[in-house]
Amino acid sequence: MALAAPPPARGHGLRRALAPYALISPTLLLLATFLLFPVGSVLYYALQHHVVNEPYDDAFVGLANFRQMFGDEQFWSSLAFSAKWVFAEVMLQLLLGLALALIVNETFVGRAVARALVFSPWAVSGVLTTSIWMLLYNPATGVFHYLAELGVGNAGTSVLGNPDTVFSAAVVAELWRGVPFFAILILADLQSVPKELYEAASMDGAGRVRTFLHVTLPHLRDAIVLATLLRSVWEFNNVDLLYTLTNGGPAGATTSLPLYVAQLARKSYDFGYGSALTTAAFVILLFCSVLYLRLSKFGREK
Amino acid sequence: MTAAAPRATGRVLRLFLPLALYLVFTVVPFYWMLLFALRPAGSTSLLPWPLTFEHFDTVWNGMGFRVYFQNSVWIALLTLVFVTFFALMGGYALARFKFRGQRAFLLALLCTQFVPGAMMLIPLFNIFQTFDLINSRWSLIIAETTFQLPLAMILMSGFVRNVPVELEESAMMDGCGRIRAFLAVVLPLLRPGIVAVGSFAFIGSWNNFLFALMFLNDPELQTVPVGLQTTIGENTVDFGALAAGGVVAAVPVVLVFAFVQKYLVQGMSTGAVKG
Repeated sequence: MALAAPPPARGHGLRRALAPYALISPTLLLLATFLLFPVGSVLYYALQHHVVNEPYDDAFVGLANFRQMFGDEQFWSSLAFSAKWVFAEVMLQLLLGLALALIVNETFVGRAVARALVFSPWAVSGVLTTSIWMLLYNPATGVFHYLAELGVGNAGTSVLGNPDTVFSAAVVAELWRGVPFFAILILADLQSVPKELYEAASMDGAGRVRTFLHVTLPHLRDAIVLATLLRSVWEFNNVDLLYTLTNGGPAGATTSLPLYVAQLARKSYDFGYGSALTTAAFVILLFCSVLYLRLSKFGREK
Repeated sequence: MTAAAPRATGRVLRLFLPLALYLVFTVVPFYWMLLFALRPAGSTSLLPWPLTFEHFDTVWNGMGFRVYFQNSVWIALLTLVFVTFFALMGGYALARFKFRGQRAFLLALLCTQFVPGAMMLIPLFNIFQTFDLINSRWSLIIAETTFQLPLAMILMSGFVRNVPVELEESAMMDGCGRIRAFLAVVLPLLRPGIVAVGSFAFIGSWNNFLFALMFLNDPELQTVPVGLQTTIGENTVDFGALAAGGVVAAVPVVLVFAFVQKYLVQGMSTGAVKG
């Protein structure tokens, strides 16, 4: 963080020294009460046996919840699903978003309209995405029904009810609203590539592909690292779509780790164990993020 | 002519073909929703004709969407006001002051992005219960404001930093206090930033589902996404209502999107995030 030079000192030194703290105090208060405290209580309950409707059994149990976790098959399968989900979503969103940003960065007639249309699913919620794709995937109302009438493929199968197709179906629905985020971020960064760099590249006789690889891509690196990181965390934590579209099914085939924790909380009220799972998820996320930032050399001079 | 033709073909293959394919992928789902919302139940026409508004009547008056809509509008607007106001204060502090603990504060703001909101449901529920805020719209406003503030503030500090500090200095030389200098000089220049941050807050709050599901039980207080979920039910047969509910949920967001579209690319630029 480069800091701007502070404006000239004015007024009393003490008032000036306290001003920034006064300005951030509402935020500090909110974050401490409604974010830090809940996180702390999750860490606390991770070491407790605490089932909400059996308060007489509450006790400190040390690492027992974590031992239970290592033997819990559903934990491992939901973690594996989450990893697969994040990887598929972020890779595809990045590739499609990058391609899309490059396309709408060119000059052509109707570009403004094309941009608006292409970016529009960005603002759509997970539940609304579910509504829309339910209609599209439903054997009675969906596009497959119409395509089958035209002789393409066969209708009558529910892609969401079949364990073989449900993953791709959910991935495509989430892609629909996820790609614009990458496209917008990358387009913003594309516009800041200095024109001289392209001129120099073209003087050196570099073709389109070489210019992209040696000028555009290096310039975009930090934006791509940041976007993929934020998006990975977001896709990992995101439950709205899977909760409403598949509710983790069929037969647990699309249960992500946060979804498993949410189901655990609602069905068995086992808050102690749920807290242990949350703690594990938090640690995994943090570890992967730090590793990713290190490996990608984020923010280093090129 | 001979040289131009292959170049034009290249442009079609490289640019317009992928763009057209992607536009189909983007637009068909929206069209499908409109189609089912606007054509009579049982129709198989691919055009919404004859046009009917019966499904909107069903969801708006029969399924309570009128109440959900009003609730969502109020919650989203208040979240917008709080997020924008606090983000302006904090963003200004981060951009224009150097203070002890600044780096730690920034790091904390970034770390909040790793906290899974869905997994905070139970502890948050307990806290709101102690404050007697379960079944109050304030629980949603507070939770949404808290979770959106960190990123909003980082974004806003980037926008403040882009306003030349000299403008403020010269106003202060002319005898303005810091607050007057801010209101008269900086604030008008922050318009794009305020629009971007405010609309992100509105959209995020409008779209929130899990907090509403968890903290509100009274149907009179419920919001649009939860109402939408009730139309999704596993054995839904009323596809018209499902689609019409979707359109109701989409309209405000589409309006806000149309309004901020222009600022979006600017607002999301990593320059603003990285500072």
